[in-house]
Parts: sequence; C-alpha cells; structure tokens
Amino acid sequence: MFIWFHKLASPPYFYKFAGILAPWLAWLSLLVIAAGLYGGLWLAPPDYQQGDGFRIIYVHVPSAWMSMFIYMVMAVAAAIGLIWRMKLAHAVSAAAAPLGASFTFIALVTGSLWGKPMWGTYWVWDARLTSELILLFLYVGYMALNHAFEDRRTGDRASAILALVGIVNIPIIHYSVKWWNTLHQGATVFFGPRAEMPPSMYIPLFIMIIGFMVYFAAFILKRLQVEVLQRERNTAWVRALVAKS
Amino acid sequence: MTPVRRKRLIIVVVIVAGVAIAAALGLQAFRKNLLYYFTPVQVAAGDAHVGQRFRMGGLVAMGSVQRSPGSMTVHFTLTDMQKSVPVVYTGILPDLFREGQGIVVYGTLDKQGLFVAQQVLAKHDAKYMPPEVAAAIKKAKAAQQAQIAAKAAS
Repeated sequence: MFIWFHKLASPPYFYKFAGILAPWLAWLSLLVIAAGLYGGLWLAPPDYQQGDGFRIIYVHVPSAWMSMFIYMVMAVAAAIGLIWRMKLAHAVSAAAAPLGASFTFIALVTGSLWGKPMWGTYWVWDARLTSELILLFLYVGYMALNHAFEDRRTGDRASAILALVGIVNIPIIHYSVKWWNTLHQGATVFFGPRAEMPPSMYIPLFIMIIGFMVYFAAFILKRLQVEVLQRERNTAWVRALVAKS
Repeated sequence: MTPVRRKRLIIVVVIVAGVAIAAALGLQAFRKNLLYYFTPVQVAAGDAHVGQRFRMGGLVAMGSVQRSPGSMTVHFTLTDMQKSVPVVYTGILPDLFREGQGIVVYGTLDKQGLFVAQQVLAKHDAKYMPPEVAAAIKKAKAAQQAQIAAKAAS
C-alpha cells in the first residue's frame, strides 16, 4: 500500500493513473448531479415561505461547501509541498485554485441572486458575505502569485505560504454566522428533533454535494495531468509521450 | 522525519498559529464594528449611535403591521422580546417580510423614539418546510389554542 502510494507520487505514473480515473469520475459526477438536480428541482416540495425560490440552495450550498473544501485541499497540499518538497503536492495546489475560485464565484453569484427577492438586496457587507469574498480574493491572489515568478519553484513556495496564511479565513467563514449578527442565516439543522428541513429537501442537497465532490475529483485529476506535463516538459518521459502521439 | 523536514514542519505550524492568533486578536478588537446590526436592547442601552444612521435587527411584532391605504408606508414594531421600537418605512418590502419574521432595518431614530427606516431587509430563519406541513402545523396550533381557551372558559 505504502509502495503504491510512493509510486503514485512519481509524475509519469500519476499521469497515467489520472488519465484512466478522470473520465470515469467525470461521467459519475454527471450522473450524480443529474440525480441531485432531479430530486431538488422536481421531487422536492416548494418551501412554505420562499416557494420555488428556495431551490437555488441546490447549487448555492454545494458551491459554498466546495469553495471551503477545495481551499483546505489547496492549503494542506501547499504545506506538504513546503515541508516534504514533494513536486506533485505543489501541482495539486496550483490545479485546485481555479476550481476553488470558480465555486466561490458561483456561491457568491447564486447567493446574490437569491438575496435580492428574499432579503431585499443583492449584497450586504456582513461577516459571512465579506469573508466569502475574501476567500475569492485569496484564490485569485494565489493564482497570481503562483505565476508571478520566472522560476516555477519560487512561485510554488511563495504562493504556498499565502495559501497557508489564508486558511485562518476558513473557520471565520464557517462560524461568522454564529460569532456575529449577520444578515446571512445560520446553518440549518438537518437531523434530530429540532430538524429545520425535511428529508425530501435535504436528500437531494446531500446528493448534490456528493456530485460536486466527484466533479472536483475528476477535474482536479484532469488539471493535474496538464500541470504535470507543463512542469515535466523537459524530462525524458514527457518527450517519449509526445513522440508516441 | 529528517531534521530539515522537522524544521520546515515547525516553521509551517508557527506561521499558521501566528496568523491565527493575529486574526483572533484583530477580530476581537473590531468586534463591535463587525456587527451587522444592533438589537433593540442594545439600542435602548445606548450602544448604537442615535442621531446617525444605523442598522437594527429583530422580529416584526405579531399584529403590529399597519399599512396606510393608498400609499407604500408601513408602520410596525420591531422587537427582540425584551425591548420594542416602532418603525415606519415607505417602499417595497422583501418577499420574506411578514409578522414574526426576523428583519434588519436601516435608518435613524428620531427624538420621539420612532425609527425611520430607509431600507428594510428580511432575514431568513434557515427553516424549510413544504407548504402543506406549514399549514398542518398552523391548524394543529390553532386547535391546541382553541382547546386551552375552551378549558379556561369551563
């Protein structure tokens, strides 16, 4: 098992492995997301106070969840890259950042579109919305810093430190609705006697979250293939691969 | 773990811990400024800057909403179950506005203690229910209240 893990960290082996796994995961994510959307947009009942408007939750909540989850992946990979100087770890961070930024953007836009009719405004500067916007800036900052240096390794290390520093924002986003008075509602309770959402509504939501996770897995593998090729472009195995195709 | 890697691990841990402490102290210092709104109790205690525009959050008191016919002016009372403040607002109300709903108003408090709102935002309570269930709960509550009333009468 450990040997396999070591082998996986070697770029040529990983490139092959990702190439096999990614398409399967991509199709699986499409299936799961389709099931989740069907459950959320057709099977789930409308909400008693928001009507059909609440259904944006099936995109908003999974995106917001992914925006934080991907940041954790990026920061942990950055730490591994800094400490163990593992080539693939920095590639993981670099590949994750644009995906995380996209999910953050989707979460902000869907929330804003929902906010106008429900709250009465597109945007407020409360703690939750502001900290999520900072998350978007952290992703963009990471990407800019990563590409700001002539030498890729310098960029990797500099941006890895930014990713690590930014991780303090994650608990702030999560607990912002508890620590401060915000316009954004607190987390919904799903289970137990004080549940605030029936299963017919939360099951599609959880399916959507799983679907988004699988989507992320598929596309980070795809993006990692590109990263690996770019970073290893001067090695013998990439040359052999190009010569073969 | 080699000594070099251990040293790098310690540096990473120290950076994260240091930034976390700095963020915690910073947020602690700005605690009041980060509050999106004040509650009526805080307003009564003089925490809000009366005379300047500020935000006040609370529930719309049951049975307090009065619409003036022929205009978009609404009068209602904002309460946090301890203190209440009368509010007047002219304009379009958000979808979630109703009695018992948590809302945030933005405006000024006049000398008579009337809050003149320029903006009304509704807060979502993070509760979701199919409409049939909501209707059933309402019916059950009404039946319960009728029973209590009948018991009190007899």
